[in-house]
Amino acid sequence: MFGKLTLEAIPYHEPIVMITLAAVILGGLATFALVTRFKLWGYLWNEWFTSVDHKKIGIMYVIVALVMLLRGFADAIMMRLQQAMAASDAAGYLPPHHFDQVFTAHGVIMIFFVAMPFITGLMNLVVPLQIGARDVAYPFLNSLSFWLFMSGVVLVMMSLFVGDFAATGWLAYPPLSGLQYSPTVGVDYYIWALQLSGLGTTLSGINFIVTIMKMRSPGMKLMQMPVFTWTALVTNILIVAAFPVLTVTLALLTADRYLDMHFFTNELGGNAMMYVNLIWIWGHPEVYILVLPCFGAYSEIVATFSKKPLFGYKSMVYATSCIGVLSFVVWLHHFFTMGSGANVNAFFGITTMIISVPTGAKLFNWLFTMFRGRVEYNVPMLWTVGFMVTFVIGGVTGVLLAVPGADFVLHNSVFLIAHFHNVIIGGVVFGVFAAINYWFPKAFGFRLNEFWGKASFWCWLVGFYMAFMPLYVLGLKGMTRRMNHYANPDWQPYLIVAALGAAVIAVGIFCTLVQFYVSIRDRKKLTDPSGDPWGGRTLEWSISSPAPFYNFATLPQVRELDQFWEDKQNGVAYVQPAKYEDIHMPRNTGVGVVMGAFGTVLGFALVWHIWWMAAAGLVGMVAAFIVRAYDRDIDYWVPAAEVEKIERSRHAQLKQFQTTQVAPVAAPSRQKVA
Amino acid sequence: MHALFSRLRYAGVGAAVLLSGCNMEVLTPKGDIGVHEKSLILIALGLMAIVAIPVIAMTLWFPWRYRSGNKKATYAPNWSHSTRIELVVWSIPAIIIVILATITWTSSHALDPYKPLESEAKPVTVQVVSLDWKWLFVYPEYGVASVNELALPVDRPVNFQITSDSVMNAFFIPQLGSQIYAMAGMETKLHLIAREPGSYEGLSSNFSGEGFSDMHFKAIATSEDGFKDWIAKAKATQVTLDGESYKALAQPSQKVPVSYYGQVTPGLFASVVNKHMGDMSHDAASHGEMPMDMHHHEDGDAVSSNITPAKAEK
Repeated sequence: MFGKLTLEAIPYHEPIVMITLAAVILGGLATFALVTRFKLWGYLWNEWFTSVDHKKIGIMYVIVALVMLLRGFADAIMMRLQQAMAASDAAGYLPPHHFDQVFTAHGVIMIFFVAMPFITGLMNLVVPLQIGARDVAYPFLNSLSFWLFMSGVVLVMMSLFVGDFAATGWLAYPPLSGLQYSPTVGVDYYIWALQLSGLGTTLSGINFIVTIMKMRSPGMKLMQMPVFTWTALVTNILIVAAFPVLTVTLALLTADRYLDMHFFTNELGGNAMMYVNLIWIWGHPEVYILVLPCFGAYSEIVATFSKKPLFGYKSMVYATSCIGVLSFVVWLHHFFTMGSGANVNAFFGITTMIISVPTGAKLFNWLFTMFRGRVEYNVPMLWTVGFMVTFVIGGVTGVLLAVPGADFVLHNSVFLIAHFHNVIIGGVVFGVFAAINYWFPKAFGFRLNEFWGKASFWCWLVGFYMAFMPLYVLGLKGMTRRMNHYANPDWQPYLIVAALGAAVIAVGIFCTLVQFYVSIRDRKKLTDPSGDPWGGRTLEWSISSPAPFYNFATLPQVRELDQFWEDKQNGVAYVQPAKYEDIHMPRNTGVGVVMGAFGTVLGFALVWHIWWMAAAGLVGMVAAFIVRAYDRDIDYWVPAAEVEKIERSRHAQLKQFQTTQVAPVAAPSRQKVA
Repeated sequence: MHALFSRLRYAGVGAAVLLSGCNMEVLTPKGDIGVHEKSLILIALGLMAIVAIPVIAMTLWFPWRYRSGNKKATYAPNWSHSTRIELVVWSIPAIIIVILATITWTSSHALDPYKPLESEAKPVTVQVVSLDWKWLFVYPEYGVASVNELALPVDRPVNFQITSDSVMNAFFIPQLGSQIYAMAGMETKLHLIAREPGSYEGLSSNFSGEGFSDMHFKAIATSEDGFKDWIAKAKATQVTLDGESYKALAQPSQKVPVSYYGQVTPGLFASVVNKHMGDMSHDAASHGEMPMDMHHHEDGDAVSSNITPAKAEK
């Protein structure tokens, strides 16, 4: 009846898991009680869960990513503590069975359920606003993507309490991830969680490509798009090209595990090298999928806070596109030690180091944006400068690892771990926090507290260097990754420093949470009445904060890059139109939630081989989709009168704000540097 | 050019010393391959420092110099393009990458793990099998085998033939140089030489499950006499490694102590490689499965599957 699922699947004997479970249940009950007490279910359902508004979907992505960051980081702390303790063959406190799941879950969660939703959330929030659109091209699909992603989240979290998670490393290389060596449901949770959320990501990718190509404001040429939108475009092209490869690779692994096939397992000529190639053909573009939008965010921030246009816009766009193309021809550098010939290794090593040229150009362009600027040290700018310094180090070690001869002694060592945390924390995490601080007012109408934001930045920065510089040294001392315990007592002092570094990062995360709390408490004081708190350059700053649900009452006419900045300079930024028009908007729908819920059922049932339930989940998903397909009531018109009312109060507020402010700095005269 | 490289090396050494005053195994190699790889690391680091250090300095200096409070600094609010600067920031990294790419091309060939080492001395062949969770070393020329202990004569090249009878592992002795994956149904190759006697850490550097952390071994580099003694010691062990005892050894086990086999059934290594290929294994035969197409089968041991990038012997 319940396939492989029995009560034995709940790990009663693992105190850490049980305490976590208790905390999750209590927290869940408390949240449930509070939501019920304040009668918020209707609000949440109508305003958020069923929303097809890209801004709300974006905010939900970011909130889930923050929650999952706490989970992934708890895993990190557990690993650092274990390695700090388990020297000279001391056992530490985590047995291998548990430790192996922890590092696998850490990698999977941080990439798929923290970094990806942060990026997708930011693109959702920002891209339509930057191109002057009222929503994405396919609003329902957007909601569906989010809820498919959520079903992946639910499956990963469930694996903690029902059954186990993969203990294979985050890419689940076979034959280790095959049925023979991983007989439990751990790898199955991995497969179905990634398949569901990966499907959501692919759909998002299609959605955003169409949005950017077809829904730009009148007049906005491709070479007039803000840089963040450009990076989002390239990232979504990468998503559409790379994620299907992941889907197919996991499907083949599924065939090995469920249908007794041998694509990648040892028997009958199955070959794991095929899997390793395929997974990295997805996996390398994936890191650019994550980092490119962050590069975009840094570009917006550095221009805004230097009070100058971005230096070398065109070269930035070309650099981004170059990186996008090159990211598909470097995958083999993840396994130079597999025994490919020298020609093959050298080819992939050289293509990899070529990527450092456009990346380096980007760094110089940010530098020359600050050059002869007026740099303001707001929180987003601190993250940006911190990123630039840190990323150079990560880039250097990355190019070093791209030299096959060097990689032969550094591969899979903790030097590699230090390198990719250097670029993912220094590049993606810093970028996401910069972006959250930067665009928060546009989402909520008030700024985030500066003090706690700065405290968070400094803790992250110091903590990062403490946690990962020792790992570079340990890599050169021959320490390999994923060790539960080790015989060499020399390593311990470095690992203790690394653990302390993780503790400092924990303080940084705590500061971020305090920052949210304090900012919400002081939201009146931090309010952003103008909609343009930083002196921004791009269209999203031309509308009120928070943005109205229809974004733009009248679609902006774009004639040049940084149109809003130009309009401000020419004093025509806030001109009210003579007449408003009805606005066509998509209607909210619960079908995404329903399909996500059935998707979760499907995934869970497949994990545990409960075939009737799997059939029910699949039928539910398809039926919900058919219902949606025949639904004709999917849109509505906002009457011009209502738009006018909202806009009038916006302009009244703006006028009041402008009269209370000192006149803005006179438009600086155009000048050229010799 | 050569002088430039040696200077770069010193720059790299400086960086490494700054990093830590302690002994770093990868940077204190005891064999030729390791020595080359060390200098490759230091040259690459030194080359990149040419760009990286100025960039870091500028990243700290520019935002400070042009902070909004510093009204003395020039402010050029509309300046956003300079062909000259663009030319420099694209071309200088590009030039460095061209140099590094050249080094990469030549070093990838020089350090190709599959390339036999040139030496007057007669090479030793060691067949390596990664098992759950221990290392088996077979010396076909001497008819002995050992578990979790590897003996190497200094100044003689060692030809490793590597496979796995379980999941993927990687065979790695950091102080001697390169590592290479061990994969079931395939044979990978590695050529190393030790130049100083000593006992070096060996390990698996590719996660392989529950007992992975204890999957390390001692690589004992010793004089010719010491090596002969070690072989004699192994030979004196009254245990034979045949199909039966191999099966027992291959069972998953952890923290396996060092042991020796005085005799080894010839062809054992080849049969381990082949058993995952689907044509010679008893399992496959008993299930009546068709053998896979094995189009590379040049010599007794070298086996590559139909999709292996593990290149065929030249």
